[in-house]
Amino acid sequence: MSRRRIELIVDPIACDGHGVCAELLPEAIWMDPWGFPVIETADIPAHLIGHARRAAESCPRLALTLVERNT
Amino acid sequence: MSPVAGRGREVRTSQPHNALGPVGAPRLLAGLDSAITTVGLDQHLERWGRLPALGSASILDELDRSGLRGHGGAWFPVGTKWRSVKRSVTKRPVIVANGAEGEPASGKDRLLLDGLPHLVLDGATVAASALGASRVIVHVPAARIPAIRSAVEERRRFGLDSVDTEIVEAPDRFLAGQESAAVNTINNRNPGRPSFTGTRTVREWGVGARPTLVQNVETLAHVALIARFGSDWFRRVGTPESPGTALLTVTGLWPQPRIIEAPLGLPLQQVLGLSTEDAGIFQGLLLGGYGGGWVPMAEAMVMPLTEEAAREHGSSIGPGVVALLPSQVCSLSEVSRVVSYLESQAAGQCGPCVNGLAGLDHSMETLAFHPSSLRGGTSRILAHCDLIEGRGACRHPDGVTRFVRSALRVFSDHVASHLHRGPCRSRIGPCLPIPTVRRTVRQGRETK
Repeated sequence: MSRRRIELIVDPIACDGHGVCAELLPEAIWMDPWGFPVIETADIPAHLIGHARRAAESCPRLALTLVERNT
Repeated sequence: MSPVAGRGREVRTSQPHNALGPVGAPRLLAGLDSAITTVGLDQHLERWGRLPALGSASILDELDRSGLRGHGGAWFPVGTKWRSVKRSVTKRPVIVANGAEGEPASGKDRLLLDGLPHLVLDGATVAASALGASRVIVHVPAARIPAIRSAVEERRRFGLDSVDTEIVEAPDRFLAGQESAAVNTINNRNPGRPSFTGTRTVREWGVGARPTLVQNVETLAHVALIARFGSDWFRRVGTPESPGTALLTVTGLWPQPRIIEAPLGLPLQQVLGLSTEDAGIFQGLLLGGYGGGWVPMAEAMVMPLTEEAAREHGSSIGPGVVALLPSQVCSLSEVSRVVSYLESQAAGQCGPCVNGLAGLDHSMETLAFHPSSLRGGTSRILAHCDLIEGRGACRHPDGVTRFVRSALRVFSDHVASHLHRGPCRSRIGPCLPIPTVRRTVRQGRETK
């Protein structure tokens, strides 16, 4: 059965470790020892989608993208 | 031990072969005799004949049925890849014949480009006509350009191809052949460095913003034969999942590296023509190059040469590199040298890769030469690998961790000896080939 899932992906070339994403979405993102975000939960649950969207929009490097995939 | 020729065919002692001989006979290398350095267009056509005029649908079906997979390293199904490039209806695609071959231990692309350029160019022609491409570009290091240029000119004189072939020089870097790095070189935008392709691949948006097929030159050479003889012929050799033959560059077994063509599916022992006794003088076999993995000798000998078996062993056939490491060499100093090289070859664009590889390089060097200073032991190195994997724009960091993880596993006795008794005093080596690296000032980010 196919369903839509919302994934959060980071462009590691664009990302410079600003950290605003981990601040806004700690449920899915944490910062590694070097100061770069680790996306722990790529598949974003429905109740976090608003926060995820805000995190993506707030990235100063526009390195974070929400993508919809059919699985 | 005496040099032994396996069932795979190696090019130095080659005899003329029947092109369509029994299982085990060479296919791609059938036209290449030791006396001939380059097979010209006349000889090529004499042996193989002209390409049949095939419709796009029938060549795509034939490729799907053949089960051919990419020999550049990823082993991705070729038919699937071609179909995804063809999906665009508004833009005509670009074909890139990729012979950048940044892998220091690999020489098979070089052999094909210098010796059998028309087989490669035939494959590119098949791709161009199947996908309706408007451009064909050969992407090769500077040293390969003269041979490929004269082959292209021969074909031009003969009026062989409907789409003209361009040649673009690949920089001398490990990552030059990475799909998006090749596209960036051709677009002359951030040449030799990969792009982030997580949201849009080069198959959709590549050279000149067109859908782009980047295909390794060996893969294209196989395509040239599948177009002529069909998928059933192709499948006469190999296994259902890994059909056909593969070119392997074998290092460490003979005084000089050699390139052999081996039927897939044969046990590696048979491919290399190694007796059990001979196998005993090696401590491990590296399969898949510096982004591949080490396999213990005993397992390697019984392992069939298939991508599935390689992956079960935490490795991959990758670009067909097989390197054997003699027992008396310090495996950890070899591994450390390679990791340093790989670190130096990172594009320097992604934070987790830049920082992660610098840390791994330091840990592996410490383990090799000052093991008493290694803090946290190998578990810390493995945790470090966990942190790096899947976090680069390309797979370079993942390749390095695969190489390191497999080394720690396969050479675990030697690791223990370094940790308990200090570094070994072996002065033999270096064995694994590493080009002299011109240390250039890194563009991109600094290590934090």
